[in-house]
Amino acid sequence: MNAAMSGGVGLVHYLVVAAILFTMGVLGIFLNRKNIIVILMAIELILLAVNINLVAFSAALQDLVGQVFAMFVLTVAAGEAAIGLAILVIFFRGRGSISVDDPSRMKG
Amino acid sequence: MDYAANLAMTLPELVLAVGAIALMLVAAWGGPASTKAVSWVSVAVLGGALIALTGPASAGGDAFYGLYRADAFAAFAKVLIYIGAAVAILMAPDFFRRTAGADLRPEYPVLILLSACGMGMMVSAGDLLTLYVGLELQSLAAYVLASFMRQDTRSAEAGLKYFVLGALASGILLYGISLVYGFTGSTMFDEIAGAYAAAPLTGSGRSLGLLFGLVFVFAGLAFKISAVPFHMWTPDVYEGAPTPVTAFFASAPKVAAIALAVRVAIEAMGPAEVQWRQIVIFASLASILLGAVAAIGQQNVKRLLAYSSINNVGFALIGLAAGTPEGVASVMTYMTIYLAMTLGSFLVVLQMRDADGQPIETIDSLAGLSRTRPGLAAALAIFMFSLAGIPPLFGFYAKFAVFYAAVQAGLFPLAVVGVVFSVIGAYYYLRLVKTMYFDEPTGTFGAGDKLEGGLIAVAAVFVSPLGYLAIPALSAWTLAAANSLF
Repeated sequence: MNAAMSGGVGLVHYLVVAAILFTMGVLGIFLNRKNIIVILMAIELILLAVNINLVAFSAALQDLVGQVFAMFVLTVAAGEAAIGLAILVIFFRGRGSISVDDPSRMKG
Repeated sequence: MDYAANLAMTLPELVLAVGAIALMLVAAWGGPASTKAVSWVSVAVLGGALIALTGPASAGGDAFYGLYRADAFAAFAKVLIYIGAAVAILMAPDFFRRTAGADLRPEYPVLILLSACGMGMMVSAGDLLTLYVGLELQSLAAYVLASFMRQDTRSAEAGLKYFVLGALASGILLYGISLVYGFTGSTMFDEIAGAYAAAPLTGSGRSLGLLFGLVFVFAGLAFKISAVPFHMWTPDVYEGAPTPVTAFFASAPKVAAIALAVRVAIEAMGPAEVQWRQIVIFASLASILLGAVAAIGQQNVKRLLAYSSINNVGFALIGLAAGTPEGVASVMTYMTIYLAMTLGSFLVVLQMRDADGQPIETIDSLAGLSRTRPGLAAALAIFMFSLAGIPPLFGFYAKFAVFYAAVQAGLFPLAVVGVVFSVIGAYYYLRLVKTMYFDEPTGTFGAGDKLEGGLIAVAAVFVSPLGYLAIPALSAWTLAAANSLF
């Protein structure tokens, strides 16, 4: 284990922060009653939590794979945000609103 | 191993990726006028990938230091994926030409090719990184496809819902991956299996990190196969997306996600079988029950078929719960027959349109179809009886195979409960048949397309009792595929 474990910030601290961020992200999607941009932000928060986990494990294990994985997650997250915003734009064009409360066109 | 051998094993994905990029350039320069040419070349590219599968791509080697598996299981799943993708491309032009406010653009076949490439990576994954990249390539293309009819608010809503819940699923899966990586020290399936075999998974000293990782990974995968309790996006997305896209979602990505779940369960987490079996059994029975009960009140055919697909995923998971080579073979048999049934059903839904060619989606509009379009009614009746698992249709054999595998693995209660729940599901399939054959006709549908009629006939013949002739070949092939995992 690395030197930081002995007194300062250790692996467990990183994992706890990541777990809190992940929970906030998931709650942000389900409890959010305002608009859809907030949901996109919550998704980014979840991916951020995963990246903290990966990099912290990578440092603790002295293994580079976790950091490589984090790079892939960052890249895919960029593509995902681009597509999400594009879909949001056509959704707004059709409705004139991006409110979560706007009633759904489909029921069941 | 030299680099050329690695490339030879990944040839199907290379064909698809290079083909998709080249066609994207053609689409960018050619504009909407190139739609027809791009569609046909895309089908040819899928055919090329199918031919490429006969080479080293199915010989059972590991490419790129174990990141990619070129085994018989991946090859079998890819055959199903390419068929689903090709049919989704072929059924699109007629639908978009007739529907007002919807233009088929050359990007449609290109997106399907990219999605098929991602699915190929998913089923060939030998490492969590390949799994993630393949899954995202498939999903990102699918989000765009769901919202392809840009003027239609329902299509945009379907795309948005699919995107948000799909991204959440990817996040949950990734969180699980990060925990598995941290507590096993590797992202390779073989090494993960070794770590699961070595670590204590029961008792007071059990490794919570490994168990949490397993649960999160399975939750993420359950989203992708739309198993209960992670199914809530399915009905809305299936209803809102354009019908050819819905047919695509219900076929190829479902096969790919099921194959991926099987590979992760058997190859990476095989030693934790007792732990994941509980999750799979719960998801399986809950999917069968909810898929059957929630479908009863539906008025929209596409929504009904969405619940039907949830129901069918539940049956396929029974085969996975067995965890034996026979169980995995039965899952692949189930998905083969499911592919024919679901593509056939959606092709019939495509024929439902009024005199102007606008799509109709209500179940009531099928009333008296047996008198106005007897051939179409007979085909839909075959698909519905087969989905309900009524002998002598081929869908019965699919259900028989998974239940038989479960019984052989000693899971008697699971098989019994599954059979009882499948009776509930038969109700709504038969309601559709009753509407077609016993209700008074309310109107007639516009004329059909020859190509679609031909595809419906092929699917109906495969699902009919004639399909039983394929059993010896099918069972030998699925068993060879399943054995390559163990």
